Amino acid sequence: MTALDAMPWWAALTASFLLVLGGLITLIGTVGLLRLKTFYQRIHGPAITITLGTGCILIASMVYFTVTQSRLVIHEILIAAFVLMTAPVVSMLIMRAALYRNQYDSRVVSARSVPNPEQELVERGALQPERSFAGDPVNAHEGRTSPRS
Amino acid sequence: MKRWLPSPKLSVALLLMWLVLNQSLEPAHWLLGGVLAIVGPLLARPLQPHGYGYIARLPALVRLLGMATVEIVRSSFNVSQIILFRRSEGVNSQFIRIPLDLRSPHGLALLSCLINTTPGTVWVDLLPERHELLLHVFDLHDERWWVETIKTRYEQPIIEVFEAPAPPGQGGQS
Amino acid sequence: MTVGTLLSLAIGFALVCVILAMMLCTVRLLIGPSAHDRVLALDTLWMCTMLLALMLGIRFGSQIYFEAALIIAVLGFVSTIALAKFMMRGEVIE
Repeated sequence: MTALDAMPWWAALTASFLLVLGGLITLIGTVGLLRLKTFYQRIHGPAITITLGTGCILIASMVYFTVTQSRLVIHEILIAAFVLMTAPVVSMLIMRAALYRNQYDSRVVSARSVPNPEQELVERGALQPERSFAGDPVNAHEGRTSPRS
Repeated sequence: MKRWLPSPKLSVALLLMWLVLNQSLEPAHWLLGGVLAIVGPLLARPLQPHGYGYIARLPALVRLLGMATVEIVRSSFNVSQIILFRRSEGVNSQFIRIPLDLRSPHGLALLSCLINTTPGTVWVDLLPERHELLLHVFDLHDERWWVETIKTRYEQPIIEVFEAPAPPGQGGQS
Repeated sequence: MTVGTLLSLAIGFALVCVILAMMLCTVRLLIGPSAHDRVLALDTLWMCTMLLALMLGIRFGSQIYFEAALIIAVLGFVSTIALAKFMMRGEVIE
């Protein structure tokens, strides 16, 4: 631990603060993932892990390596840029998949209650992802959860 | 020039990425990065159905990104406060719709990235027939306020960045 | 208390936090009632693993961990996209 003791105090203080903050934010995000009740609330929990938690720890890593190696180490920016560009795509796709699957479940249930099996096949054959998605996911969602809320 | 470097900004970004990844400024890395910067956009051109975006006003983009960073940090703390101290049933999570005036595909991509990166909001879908944005909000208190905020603080600057009239020499390609 | 002990305490605290976070993700991965819950938990687990690699890099003072973290981030993105696409297209068509 001699390399650590050689650091100036301001760099060590900044890096420690950012590390503690990043660790806490990461933990809080996953607590939200575990604790919240519905899926649509849970998807907001990891968002703070991905943005603020990752950001804090990347900046701490930059400060640490720049000071200990006494040259500019900024290649953590690549991870930050990559994560900031890909995390929105991931959350949007998961949200769409969840909406699509919820609609699919409710439609299969309604199709099963129809006595005519041919109609059930038509209902299922009509379930193209693009077509069903152009529908009205908001009302489908609200209709499903309104008895509870 | 236009044929070999379809988008100079993308080429410069690729070259910088290569140099940062290798953490050196030796001539060999400049050479390899230069090859990557020329070949990469040429190979990726068929993958770009809308062409390359044209940024009309760089200061507006910088201001927008700075505002978005502040907003991300602020709403991170709001969301963590809600997770820690509120009961899950008391949180009013709702889907809301926002009518959009923005049409440029690059602008819409930037808007979706900014909204999705901000904790507490998730962009779900763009309803194409009415040009409405479907948004999921973690803790909705006032729908009017959200529509106003998205439209004035995010959409107006993005329209300013991407849809301003191009200067005549550049031949706007977006 | 010297500067070095402060920093190593902070690194230890952050490591414990991230490992606890990974445990919570694993719990959600196991109990998640629906498939999209599990995909979300898996994506968060990838992110926490990347943060863990970065912190181990600070802890051992080695730059090798940076490349591991970059590869973990890329792989996590690709695998989550593939799973989400599969949920929308693969299983439902039967």
